[in-house]
Order: sequence, then structure tokens, then C-alpha cells
Amino acid sequence: MTTARPTTKAAAILIAAAVALSAAACSSPAPKASPSASADDLSGTITVFGAASLTATFTELAKQFESDHPDVTVQTSFAGSADLVTQLQNGAGADLFASADEKNMDKVADLLDTRVDFATNTLEIAVPPSNPAGVKTFADLAKPDVKTVVCAPVVPCGSATVTIEQATGIDITPVSEESAVTDVLGKVSSGEADAGLVYVTDIKGAKGSVKGIEFPESSKAVNTYPIATLKDSANAKVAAAFLKFVTGTKGKAVLSAAGFGAP
Amino acid sequence: MIGTPRWLYVVAAIGGAFVLLPLVAMATRVDWARFPELISSQASLDALRLSLTTSAAATVLCLLFGTPMSVVLARSRFPGLRVVRAAVLLPLVLPPVIGGIALLSAFGRQGLVGKPLDAVGITIAFSTIAVVLAQTFVAMPFLVLSLEGALRLAGTRYEAVASTLGARPWTVFRRVTLPLVLPALLSGAVLSFARALGEFGATITFAGSLQGTTRTLPLEIYQERVVDQDSAVALSMLLVVVALLVIGLTLRARTARG
Repeated sequence: MTTARPTTKAAAILIAAAVALSAAACSSPAPKASPSASADDLSGTITVFGAASLTATFTELAKQFESDHPDVTVQTSFAGSADLVTQLQNGAGADLFASADEKNMDKVADLLDTRVDFATNTLEIAVPPSNPAGVKTFADLAKPDVKTVVCAPVVPCGSATVTIEQATGIDITPVSEESAVTDVLGKVSSGEADAGLVYVTDIKGAKGSVKGIEFPESSKAVNTYPIATLKDSANAKVAAAFLKFVTGTKGKAVLSAAGFGAP
Repeated sequence: MIGTPRWLYVVAAIGGAFVLLPLVAMATRVDWARFPELISSQASLDALRLSLTTSAAATVLCLLFGTPMSVVLARSRFPGLRVVRAAVLLPLVLPPVIGGIALLSAFGRQGLVGKPLDAVGITIAFSTIAVVLAQTFVAMPFLVLSLEGALRLAGTRYEAVASTLGARPWTVFRRVTLPLVLPALLSGAVLSFARALGEFGATITFAGSLQGTTRTLPLEIYQERVVDQDSAVALSMLLVVVALLVIGLTLRARTARG
């Protein structure tokens, strides 16, 4: 009996060492970790509701998460944050919700489990590549001969616009107030408008169809993006892991490459 | 007396319920106590006024251009007539957002016609005129369809008689053709008005959205739904009531006429 003990001890030490090693391998970027990663107990399908402005980044993040966890499928659904809130309130089955602003996340506060801020976004001036009206500053947008399109004050990008107008005392008289930031972008890239106020990430995502002009006053309105797991999640374990992934190193890298700021 | 198969009633009732149920359901969600307050905000009133005036203007344009188009399509023969008819009716089956993109290509600042107009200082995009153009574009086929059918049905016998009695073409058109198809003209105009009133996709793509200038009632509802469901539902109900009034008035006018 006494001779058996050292063997079990040795085995325990060996196992502990192996775990420690594989854990170290996991946290390092070395791809060697995959054999032990496939042994993780995450499996099943989760549904992620994401704000429209997260379409590109969250599609990429879902793909990465799936390749890290082969037994997991991530379904994504993108729409305006307010539309997603309506869907959640009417019983849509989602496991996670990432909103483009705190106000919309607050509306479903009683449905949430864990909530974390994971990114920020600021406004930038978008102009057609040729910049026909010669816009250089935020104040230029208030000039009567500059056709400016903004978001309507009721949507997040519009309320950010109003905040900047109030902080600077510069009063823009837009030719149109759109209900979605993508509509503003469309009116600028088609050349219908001389300028529009959209998010930094929208301009990055537009890949040259519009030109971005940064302006210092944009710091007056920083939009914070929260993500949360939902109480009714059928797969809370995977949902929690995805939230951790988005807020972790890999998530941060994808988000910052798309132009998002750190919270 | 020819009987109607009984099962037809059952299927018809299901069909009718399918159309009515969502409207009734919406009516139950209206906060009736706050209804007057919800529909009388300045933004709502501006949107309603804009919707009514632009739809009326679009209907006039439909009558002005659609009537001659219907007569030409119904009465004349030329090669390619069927292609022309199909093209004219295209907006009927096209998603309105495509209509908006097409209108932008024609009348936008970078458009085929819009660019030279912009050079001389006339800009259509983001103006109330853009709203009327979008509405006319989608509503015109309703008038043409209804009028052309009536013209074909009426035939040319009366017109032929009138001209053998010495009436000139314009007199025949004014005194014989138009009175013959007046009910169809009326119902076509009402359909066009109703279609213009409901126009959304082409307007939001082509005209933009600004209170009092381009934000019609459907656009206002679309925007309100994000922040204030109660207000959006109340405004939707208002649009339903306006639509019902329009239909009711024409039905009455038609029955009064005999």
C-alpha cells in the first residue's frame, strides 16, 4: 500500500504539470494548443444579437470563436439596436446582446445576466472622395451651401450629433435626418450629400467610397457599446465564454482593427 | 338562383380574417386615452400635412400624364406597344427601394438629368419635389392599369359614331371617351392617391427625411417606432383611418353616380 502512494503522487504531479503546460500554451499565441482545446467542454449553438454597426466585427469574431471551439455554432442577427430591443422584449430567443449604446441596453436591463462595456465609437465627418464642398472642419457643416446629412436625434448617432452641436454651439441645418447611420453613409457615397456625420468605424468599413475627416469636437460624444448575456440563455456556459472572448485579447484586436476604441 | 359552394365561404372568411386581424390587433394596442395627444405633436401634424399635399400633387401628376398614356396604350397600335405597356407597369411590381435608386440615377445630383439641372442651380434631391416624384413614380401604374382596362372594355363604338357625326377628335375625347370611363378614372385616381400616401421605400432612398420637407407620415412612423412604440402605433392607426376615409368617399361617389 505504501509503495503505491508515490506512484499516485507522481501521476498527480504529471497531470498538474500537463494542465499547467496546456494552460500556458492556451494563453500564448502558439497554435500547438489545439489538441487540448478540442477537449474543452463547450458545445452547442448560441445566438448573438448585434447592433448593425457591429456586423463586420462580430461576423469575424463568431468565426474565430467557432474555430477555437469546434463543437460550438454561433448564430448572429444584426439590426438597429432599438429593433433588437423590441425583438428581445417580444421574446426573441437570444443568448447575448451587443448594443450600440447604453440607452438601448438599459431598456432590457431586467433580461440581462452579465453586462460589460467592450468598445467605444466616435463620430467622424464623411465626405465624397472628391470632397466637392471643401469641408475641413465641423464648423464647415453649418455653412448654408454645404448639404449635410445627419442621423435623426432619436437614433444613437443622431443623439451624439446633437450632443456635439450643443457642446460647440455650432448649429447644423441638415438637408435630411436619416433613421440609420447606413442611410447617411449611402447619401454621402452616392454624392447626393456633400457631407455626413457617421461613426469612425463606418468610414473604415466603407473602404474608400467616402473620405473621413476627423474633428477634435468628436470627443464630446463618445458612444459606449455594452455586451451582455441574457438570463434566459439556453446555453449560458457558451454565452459566458463568448462574452469573455469578445472582451479578451482576440476580441480587442478585431475591434480595434475596425476602428473601435477601448471602453 | 345559382348557389355558391359552401366551403368557399369558409376559405373566404379565413382570407378576410388574415387581412383584418393584424389591423384589429393594432387597434387594440393603441393607447386611446392618449391618442389625440400622440397624433397631434408638431412632428406628426407636419408629417400628415406633407403626406396629404404631396399625395394630392402626385395624384394630379398621375391624372395629367397617366390619362393620355392610358388612351395611347388602349387605342393605338404601334410596334413595341406590349413592351411599352410592360415597362410602364414596372413600378407596380418593383420593390420601391429600387424605384428610389432608379430615381436617384435620373434626378439625383449625380444623375442623368439631375446633374445638368444642378449645374443651373436646380436641386431636386432632399426637396418636397423629390417626394412627389417618388410618389408619382410608384402610383402612376395604378391609374394607367385601371383606366386602360376601362377604355378597352368601353370599346370604340360610341367614339366612332361621334366622329361620323362630325365631332373633332378632341371633342370626342372630352364629350364621349372621358364620361364613359369617368368611374374608372376616379377609382384609378383614388388608388394612386392611396399608393402615394403609403409610399416609403422610394421616398427614404431618394428624398431623404426632414421634418416638414420630406418626412411623410410613413417615414415619421418608421422613425417613431424606434423611440416611441405608442406614438408609432397611433400614427399608423391615423393612416389607416385616412385610407379608409379615402376608399369610403370614392365608393360613395361611385354608388351615387349609379
